[in-house]
Amino acid sequence: MTSARTLAAVWSAKAAAGASRALGRGGGTAVGGLVGLSLQPALVRDLAGGLGHGSVLISGTNGKTTTASLVSATVEAAGLQPLANASGSNLMRGIAATLTAAAGPTGRAAAADRRLGVFEVDEATLPYALRDLRPRVVVLTNLFRDQLDRYGEVESLTRLWRESLEAAPPDLALVLNADDPTVASLGEGRDNVLYFGLADAALDRGSLDHASDAVTCGCGTPYTFSRVYFSQLGIWHCDGCGRARPEPSVTATNVAVGDGHSLRFQLVTPDGGEQIEMALGGLYNVYNALAAAAAAHALGLPAAATTAALQSAAAAFGRQESFAVDGKRVDLFLAKNPAGLNQVLATLCLDPGRDAALIILNDGIADGRDVSWIWDADFEVAAGQFGATVAAGRRAADLALRLKYAEWPEPSFGVEPAVPAALDAALARTPAGGSLSIVPTYTAMLEVRALLAKRAGRAPFWQQ
Amino acid sequence: MTERALRLGYLYPTLMSIYGDRGNVTCLRRRCRLRGIELAVTHIEVDEPLPTDLDLLLMGGAQDREQRLVARDLAEVKGEALRAAVADGLVFLAVCGGYQLAGRYYRGLNGEELAGAGVFDLHTVHPGPGARRLIGNLVAEWEGGSIVGFENHGGRTQLGPDAAPLARVVRGFGNDGASGFEGARFRNAFGTYLHGPLLPKNPAFADRLIGLALERRYGSAELAPLDDRLEAAAHAAAMRASR
Repeated sequence: MTSARTLAAVWSAKAAAGASRALGRGGGTAVGGLVGLSLQPALVRDLAGGLGHGSVLISGTNGKTTTASLVSATVEAAGLQPLANASGSNLMRGIAATLTAAAGPTGRAAAADRRLGVFEVDEATLPYALRDLRPRVVVLTNLFRDQLDRYGEVESLTRLWRESLEAAPPDLALVLNADDPTVASLGEGRDNVLYFGLADAALDRGSLDHASDAVTCGCGTPYTFSRVYFSQLGIWHCDGCGRARPEPSVTATNVAVGDGHSLRFQLVTPDGGEQIEMALGGLYNVYNALAAAAAAHALGLPAAATTAALQSAAAAFGRQESFAVDGKRVDLFLAKNPAGLNQVLATLCLDPGRDAALIILNDGIADGRDVSWIWDADFEVAAGQFGATVAAGRRAADLALRLKYAEWPEPSFGVEPAVPAALDAALARTPAGGSLSIVPTYTAMLEVRALLAKRAGRAPFWQQ
Repeated sequence: MTERALRLGYLYPTLMSIYGDRGNVTCLRRRCRLRGIELAVTHIEVDEPLPTDLDLLLMGGAQDREQRLVARDLAEVKGEALRAAVADGLVFLAVCGGYQLAGRYYRGLNGEELAGAGVFDLHTVHPGPGARRLIGNLVAEWEGGSIVGFENHGGRTQLGPDAAPLARVVRGFGNDGASGFEGARFRNAFGTYLHGPLLPKNPAFADRLIGLALERRYGSAELAPLDDRLEAAAHAAAMRASR
């Protein structure tokens, strides 16, 4: 039964969202959620209770959106109906907006008994989402340094997560990345935990990247890594207290990253093994696939649904989306922090056919006001990779200086802060029939993606 | 010109490496190389003694857990040698957490006190869980020009009589958000809250460090000018961002 107060909040939220859309202020999603929550603080709790198959939360520094989109696809392949928040709306107001938009005249969502909520959740919002959504499963992908001015240090975020998970009911299932020492530690002392991780000795980098976090165990001893996949993800143990990477039950072996446009690997879950070919590139997407496969298993979805979802995986919003503009291929790779940017650069370097690059650095609140992080990313690996590069965004000058220090050949890069002009310049420097790779921070991604969608007639390259 | 070479020590590169502070090392290396100065960089971790023949020494910031390990190492292994080296004119740059630990003590969020290296006559106190962090782009007046960067700290730093302020805050918080001072200087040792990292977009400051080190080793500090147009643009962008 939906309470009168909740119902009133639902209708007010819908009206506010509609008005915002009519005024042309974006999708109006967050506004509706904000209005609804102000009228009924228990809005999310009430509406989430009506989801027949409960919900799964996905949080972590990187991989939230792609993992959530893979889980949604799996839910669909299993014959259920996912209810998912749009990318970027991963605070409580966005979740409230998603729930109210789906609510029918009585407050219940259509086909409520077939609904499964799939919500990506901002790291700092996780405690509130846990409290109000009461999910069946929580997936935690990784914890990297990210926007230190906004989230604080990895250590304080871990403490926040640990406390809120301790307050959650014991039957909550956790899906954790075994390869990330910080994330894995959250499963200690709990029963209902499913770990995922890579199992491929050929991917060992031998030593930690510079952009590694969690280098020290809680007992005060630096971790020892017998294998490093990237950043601080690998096979780890602590000589001080004996803690070690838990054995994952969802793994990927025989991983082939190819030219960075697709992936092949053997997926192993408690249900058996399956050869996967995926149209997403880069090692980081193997982790996203593993997180999604483990989540599906924890939700009791059939293994065949996981396989089908991964095999037909499509790029999520701004994450490896492709557009055709003026006969040129344009690939969009969101990068928000050193670990993510390193993975993007490594993936770009797999394909020598990438002609030009447009890198956009903004310092909005959603990007992090502090742009120091670009010095923790390894731009050096891509020096000389592109025939032409344009540095753009509000902090284009900081970016250009970083590229200079990374020994990117100076004649090959231009500086143009304004995004529309920078896109024009980058396209002009991309040869006919060639390829342009765009690497934006979050707010820059929103801006450049809107320009691309317009110029490409919203037709993603890979569907043509 | 004769062959010149300098030795740079980088303190705790694996433990204290957040906020891009390694860019300071990259910057010094490049600005030396372009002047034909060979810069040898030595990484110095916990439990390793401080080398005795250094010209420059850098120390960055870290997360709390790592900071405790560093404090112990400064107290038990390196502190005395570090104070002696600074007294002898070693050029030392300590940033953020490194700046705090180079003072006399740091009292953290929960009242826990870490002894510092005592290089600078200063102490830092975190006012407690309710206090706001001092976060944002900062511009400070330094030797008639400006230094710019990003500060992000909970602790408030008070200078004692033997520490001179490094710069005067124009926009931002600085040491404690009240005194109007940013950073500290004692002999050739510099402490600051500025990330960015500091040196790439403050090339005059970077050259000051190199110059002091050259003067100490060779008695003169001739530095050819470099093409700093991108550096100047990044400096200006940081100034705009502070508004």
